[in-house]
Formats: sequence, C-alpha cells, structure tokens
Amino acid sequence: MRLLPKHPKRRKRLALIVLMIAGIGSAVALAAVALRQNINLFYSPSQILAGDAPRNHLFRIGGLVEKGSLKRNSNNLEIHFEVTDTVNKVPVIYTGILPDLFREGQGVVAQGKLGADGVFVASTVLAKHDENYMPPEAAQAISDAQKLKLQSTMTGN
Amino acid sequence: MWSFFHRLASPKHFYRFADRLIPWLGWSTLITFIIGLYLGLIVAPTDYQQGESYRIIYIHVPAAWMSMFVYVVMAIAGGIGLIWKMKMADIIASSAAPLGAAFTILALVTGSLWGKPMWGTWWIWDARLTSELILLFLYLGFIALQSAIEDRRTAANACAILALVGVVNIPIIHYSVEWWNTLHQGPTVTRFGKSAMATSMLIPLLTMFLAFKLYFATTLLMRARVEILERERDTTWMKNMIMGSDE
Repeated sequence: MRLLPKHPKRRKRLALIVLMIAGIGSAVALAAVALRQNINLFYSPSQILAGDAPRNHLFRIGGLVEKGSLKRNSNNLEIHFEVTDTVNKVPVIYTGILPDLFREGQGVVAQGKLGADGVFVASTVLAKHDENYMPPEAAQAISDAQKLKLQSTMTGN
Repeated sequence: MWSFFHRLASPKHFYRFADRLIPWLGWSTLITFIIGLYLGLIVAPTDYQQGESYRIIYIHVPAAWMSMFVYVVMAIAGGIGLIWKMKMADIIASSAAPLGAAFTILALVTGSLWGKPMWGTWWIWDARLTSELILLFLYLGFIALQSAIEDRRTAANACAILALVGVVNIPIIHYSVEWWNTLHQGPTVTRFGKSAMATSMLIPLLTMFLAFKLYFATTLLMRARVEILERERDTTWMKNMIMGSDE
C-alpha cells in the first residue's frame, strides 16, 4: 500500500494516467478487432475454399507445403506444390527461385492470384520458419522415435 | 531499504551511486558478452533446418527483448516523473530512449539480414515487423519531442505522456505472432512451459540476454551521470565535488 501516493494531487495524477492507458488500450483493441482480417498476413486454404479470399485480387496464402506434392519442371523454373492447413489443400504454381527454408512439411506464404480453375498462381513465395531450434542429431532422434512409434502401433493392430 | 530509494531520487546521491556501480557493471558486461558470444558462436550446435545462419538469434532475440524492456522502463520512469515530479525519473527516461532506439534498430537490421536468405525477403508488413517499426518511431518521437521543447519541465511532461501512450504497443508486439497470422515465427522461449529450443542452444541465448541487460544497465547509468552533470551544473554540491572539497 505504500506504493500508492498519499497526496491527493498525486493520487489524481495516477488515476488520470491509468484512465488514459485504459482508454487508449481499449480504442486500439477495438480498432484491432475491426481490422482483424486486414492485419492477418495471409488466408488459409480453408478460408480460400470457403470463398473468404478476394477474387481477381492479389492476396497471400499461407500454410504448410503438403508432403510429396512438390513437382519441379526439368526444363524451366516452374514449380507445383500444394499448400495445406491439414484440413484443406490449395494447389500452387510458381516460377522462380525458392528461399533456403522452402521444404515439404514446412510453412510457406505465397502471394498471387487465385485462378478460375482453383489453382493459385504465385508471384512470390516466402518460407515461414517454425519456432523450433535443435541440433541435427536431435531432429534425427525425434524422427527415428516417431518412426518407431508408428511401427509399434502398426504391429500392435 | 525504502530510504535507500528515497536517497536515489536525489541527483547528488544517484551520481555517487552510479559512480561506484559503473566499473563493476562494465566489467561484468564485458565478461558476460565474451562468454555468451563464445557459447553462441562456437559451442552451440548448428540448427537442423537453418544450419549456421540461425546464430544471428544470439544478437537478434536479446536486442528485440531489450527493445521492449527499455520501453517499459522508460514508460514507468515517465509515469513516476508525472506523478511525483521527480527529477531523477525524467533523467532516467531521457537516458533510456536512445538506448532503446538502438536496440530496436539492431533487432530490425539483424532480422532483415536473416530474413533475406531464410524467408526470401528483407521486409514484410506483417504484424510483428510493423509493430516493432512503430516502436522505433515511438522512440524517435520521444527523442525529437524532448529536443523540440526548450523548457525542461514541459518537455519531461510531454515525453512522459508520449511514453505512456506508446506502452499500448508493447503487448501488441509481444502477442502479434499469436493474435494474427504472420510471417514471423511464434515465440520459441516462453516464461511458462517448455521452450521449443534445445538446451545447448538456449543457454547461450540466455547468457547473451544477461549480457545485453548488463550493457543496458551500464550505459544507462553512464548516460544518467552525464545528464546529471549537465542539469546540475549550477548547484553547490556539483561545484564542491568538482573542486574536490566534497565530504
């Protein structure tokens, strides 16, 4: 209780500051809620299939690169892959150089337009890194353990 | 203990306190930096996805944490200055602002350098990067406002209000990666629960964080000392101290 000022003038100033921060905080919170989709960087495949994404406009799609979906054209830099949010998938076509971290099963954010055929034509592809950091041996150990677990469940059935 | 804080509120006592503390803090900063950099750049293993490039986090992450921490320090000092009209609070806030701006620039630049090879772009207007850039503008605004107003008292009040208004941005930066979808990854190190980082990589990171904290404490005291010298140049205690007839 000693932290609170005793002097009435100081108490008033403290109250004013608290009120000011609360007021600005709620104003910013309301603005953020109203602009929710504008602040989001990308649409997920489910949102796109539900028709939430703009038609005939540039927008970004984000998700994971579906495992086994990556196909490269041997003659040029054309790349086909699918972006998934583990529920729905959207096929993406891109011509160009991919960033270092672009990998199947890893996050990706692509900018472009959705064609009438449902294929997303990307003009830029960015890799989205996940928050996991570990040495290669640890990653190997985890994938080994997962394989072992998978095997044991399969033999268990 | 309470009287110790009361004494620190006087520039004269703060000056003596800073004088005694700076060498200790300075040396421990240097030692912690050497240990942290050695652990981070040489001892820590390479990452399974990013290889050696991930090592930039040993600068980027502490700098980004500090950019927010310094702002909170500045806002609290501003609030104390507004309520209690304390000279030292204003000195602390104005000494902290350029340091916070430097940490923010460091976080933005190192992030950008890392972003190009990893993400494939120097910059993207996602919620995390944009809110961090706003933080830089808040710091610069604080510094500009302070030098624009001639009267010390008015400047201190105006800057304190700016700092307090801007504090709304801090939770936005922190939670931006959870509230909205962004290109920037989610939090790796969380206060509660297990962090998504191998211990052999986490220990160097926390050491670097300690080094950044110590660096901030050292430079804050050094800057505050200079501010006191400038503001109190006409006082008797300053004259006595400089003439060597103190005590």
